[in-house]
Amino acid sequence: MIWELDLVILSLVVVAAVGAIAIKDLLGSAILFGAYSFMMCLLWAIMGAVDVAFTEASVGAGVSTVFFVAAVFRTTRRSKD
Amino acid sequence: MRTLGILVAALTCALLFYAMGDFPPWADPGSAAHTHVSPRYIEKTMEETSVPNAVTAVLADYRGFDTMFETTVIFAAGVVCFFILRLPKKEGPIFRRYRHTLTGMTIRVKCTRKIPPVLEEFEMIDNLWAPHDLIIKTSCRILVPFLQLFGLYVIAHGHHSPGGGFQGGVILGASMILLAISHDLRTALARMGEKVHALLCPIGVLIYAGTGALCLVLGRDFLDYGALAGILHVDPVTARSHGILIVEIGVGLAVMATMIWIYNNISSRGEYDEGL
Amino acid sequence: MSDFFSSVADYYNYLIYIVLMVIGLYAIIAKKNLVKKIVGMNIFQTAIILFYVSIGAKRGATIPIIEHGHGEAVHGAGSQAIKAAEYINPLPHVLMLTAIVVAVATLGVALALAIRVYNRYETLEEDEILAQLREK
Repeated sequence: MIWELDLVILSLVVVAAVGAIAIKDLLGSAILFGAYSFMMCLLWAIMGAVDVAFTEASVGAGVSTVFFVAAVFRTTRRSKD
Repeated sequence: MRTLGILVAALTCALLFYAMGDFPPWADPGSAAHTHVSPRYIEKTMEETSVPNAVTAVLADYRGFDTMFETTVIFAAGVVCFFILRLPKKEGPIFRRYRHTLTGMTIRVKCTRKIPPVLEEFEMIDNLWAPHDLIIKTSCRILVPFLQLFGLYVIAHGHHSPGGGFQGGVILGASMILLAISHDLRTALARMGEKVHALLCPIGVLIYAGTGALCLVLGRDFLDYGALAGILHVDPVTARSHGILIVEIGVGLAVMATMIWIYNNISSRGEYDEGL
Repeated sequence: MSDFFSSVADYYNYLIYIVLMVIGLYAIIAKKNLVKKIVGMNIFQTAIILFYVSIGAKRGATIPIIEHGHGEAVHGAGSQAIKAAEYINPLPHVLMLTAIVVAVATLGVALALAIRVYNRYETLEEDEILAQLREK
């Protein structure tokens, strides 16, 4: 466990989360959410939770991003807020 | 609504910051979470189940009942997606596009919602978005079998390394989703149809619950895999390890089928004709 | 100074979990777009998972896979005792592993509902949907 790395990635996670909420384009929001999930996966690998990191890498960064992109493709990219 | 949101968020934030002082310092070995239940799991898992990966042993054996109902929740989510998107009847004719493979001409046909059979000279293409990229198609087609092999490895090797039914099932499902994205939804459905993944999903849950029921029939507790020793001709400790593997296969099947099911329903809006 | 840094490192994880949870809660309440609300719900879930995994971390310990745990040697009398202090707590990992997979299943249901709403009202904005409902 390297706590310096932990601090840097935790800060990046907050930036990605705020970006995913604030951006006006829903496809961009989906992609930023994928980046957020991937950084969470790195964080859990640092904390020694290898199984959780593996699950997050395949589920959070992989499949749920695909679900978001598919849903945005079937609805609209526009968002007012 | 905005002010209410900020107010509620600020209130929650203040309460949680107030409570934060009571938390033990991060990564403190002496905190309450590390001193009560988990030492027993770590010290006894090798002796009782002969599985080195403590997470897999706790997931499928000590807390097997919990995991069984998590699998049921995933199955229920797949069924709910089916009911929300697929079941409502859609009205009216729609237009489909076909490409004549010899001349490259594209025609637009008015037809019913039922997907017509595959024709020799005409190739059906998507209405919304029909890219034809040879490089992406070929590289993804080469990648898919290796992905599936890796998924099987992750399920089977979950005892000794990070992995298990959930991760392997998601990887197997992702390989079919990759096929659907790189080609089109019809290609993926020809490999694995709607009936197949709708059946595999309850079969996975049934394997899990059936293993538990088998232990019950053999005279032990529900999901006590030691009872399988007589059938598998091994000692009870190894039987627990094998029981965990059987259960992980059930979880893998259910998770794989559900991921494909949800993706197909979402990407085609429940019509199963053209996807992402 | 080093005291300050170590105390920051002690509580930074919990601090960030609170910040992420508040971001998610704010998005669920205040954002009008349905997909944004779903993103907020997922951020909320991930914050809870971060909290649990932070509790599970243990200084000076390795990942929860027992070393030299292969083969028949472990059944013999010669195997050394396994010390709980050398391995990270596996219990929060187990709970959160299933939670992540259930999170993606609920995400699928939520997106399916959003698609149905879009098919009916041709919009994902909450205020426009409410306006259409009031007209009827």
